[in-house]
Amino acid sequence: MLYKKMSTRTGITFRKIEPFLYLAPATILIVLIFLYPIIDIIRTSLLQNNPNGIKTIGITNYRLVFQDPVFWQALGNNGKLLLSVPILTVLSLMVAILLFEHVRGWVVYRGIIFMPYVLAIPVVGMTFVYLLGLNGIINTLLRGAGLAFLAQDWLGSIKWVLPSLSVVIIYREMGFGVVLFLARLMSLEKEILEAAEIDGANFWQKHIYVTLPQLSGVIEFFIVVELITMLSWVFAYVFTMTGGGPGFASTVMEFYIWKHAFAFRSPGIASALAVVLLMVTTVLIILQLRLRRRFLDESV
Amino acid sequence: MRTPKSRLPIRNLLASFPKQFILIIFSILSIYPVYYMAVTAFKTRPDWLHNQFGLPNPFTFQNITDALIKGQIPLWFGNSLIVTVASLVITTSVSALAAYAIARFRFPGRTFYFNMMIALMVIPPAVLILPLFVLMVNINLINKLPSVIIIYSGLLIPFSVYLLVSFFRSLPPELFDAAAIDGCNNLDMFWRISLPLSTPALVTLIVVNALFVWNELLIALVFLQDQNHKTLMPGLTLFKGHFTVNEPLIMAGTLIATIPMILLYLFGQRLFVEGLVAGAVK
Repeated sequence: MLYKKMSTRTGITFRKIEPFLYLAPATILIVLIFLYPIIDIIRTSLLQNNPNGIKTIGITNYRLVFQDPVFWQALGNNGKLLLSVPILTVLSLMVAILLFEHVRGWVVYRGIIFMPYVLAIPVVGMTFVYLLGLNGIINTLLRGAGLAFLAQDWLGSIKWVLPSLSVVIIYREMGFGVVLFLARLMSLEKEILEAAEIDGANFWQKHIYVTLPQLSGVIEFFIVVELITMLSWVFAYVFTMTGGGPGFASTVMEFYIWKHAFAFRSPGIASALAVVLLMVTTVLIILQLRLRRRFLDESV
Repeated sequence: MRTPKSRLPIRNLLASFPKQFILIIFSILSIYPVYYMAVTAFKTRPDWLHNQFGLPNPFTFQNITDALIKGQIPLWFGNSLIVTVASLVITTSVSALAAYAIARFRFPGRTFYFNMMIALMVIPPAVLILPLFVLMVNINLINKLPSVIIIYSGLLIPFSVYLLVSFFRSLPPELFDAAAIDGCNNLDMFWRISLPLSTPALVTLIVVNALFVWNELLIALVFLQDQNHKTLMPGLTLFKGHFTVNEPLIMAGTLIATIPMILLYLFGQRLFVEGLVAGAVK
């Protein structure tokens, strides 16, 4: 009797702690790789070196960051990269809709157009350095077309380096967009589209008034993912293609943080920069939460 | 199969022509950089200088063999393989357990935990590297593969948990009820029901995560600075620095680095597509 009672009691407590046992390994890694660094970077950003060698709490690092024109330029460069998201979205949508029209060989087209997304960014970057170079394919084609005056060092020009980077990013990310939109299109109910066709809607009317509204959820999702990409995942493009140059014309936040942390060896500034980037991404966290949760049941 | 308007085949053909044309243009744009990399890798340097865009003439394997012998590409390749496999084993097992807890149990903080995973997907790695670097120096793991293995394993958890939770939740609860009646405990159900039935989700997750780890640059660059312990991507940037004046050799290096992913893609295109689309389309 006593034994039975005890076992149920331990049974109840075990059931209570059981999920936490399953969560434990993941939680340890999350704390180590995400939470500890985030707390530590905030702490480091608030430490300042005093002339007497003693570190105190202060906002010197932030003051230096906000007075630094390169910081504003880097932040602005990320902002300019964000402008390529609408172009990327429209192009991906266009190609996805064309593929959805079941033109002959659409599976092959899909396979080819998605492929760049599988390539490593450093590989893409190193290849495009040649393609965008002075004697690269772009300039050769321009000269061949009698437009030699347009030919230039695309990655070496302060004016053109960011648009060129955007083109390369669009090149790689488009595969993802096309496949994502196409998958959603294929899950649409065909009756509605057929009804529109029977009612005499032409290609444009059909897709603008019938297809696109049904895609709004996935379009929103893709835009958020790509906004995150442009803020948080462009280091490898910049590192392999431009090194942040010419001057600081293609320096983005990630690259500038890395520079301060490992090339200039100024951890205080690097930390303050990192905290600023973290603040910017927080806006996206809110969007992300809103979006992702919509795809799951509300009960989680 | 859904075009019953075959009454006017010629008109159809004409109508599809602009679409075909646009798709062909995009296909050429997509494939051209890969074509360029591949043909350049098999050219001699003089040939490349005069004939940058055509097919190799003469065709040479010299760059491929040089890339394999002169640099340390085979070593880096091996390191990338170790890092990728180890990270995937850790992250997949750890995330599957956590996802199981979130999908199958009710406990205080569950919603918070799951929301935290979604939020962490947004954190840029650049924010995390400096504290992690100091940490790895202190525990003496700099220039050692376990440093990046631990970091990749952690970085991949939020997405992996998110994906697996949504999959685990779609499994029919009757299966678990029946198993409970048969005397299965929760861990048994994890092993015998959730995992086996989620094989497709696990495979797609592994493929997508493999793509991330194999291609990652920033973390590998920071934590593996010693030549002998580099992975392939930072190794390639170093290789490029050494042989700047030999473009075909550099393209041979990038081609070698790309082949595993291209092969994986050719054989598992469906998996890539499903993995990347999962969670976004319903």
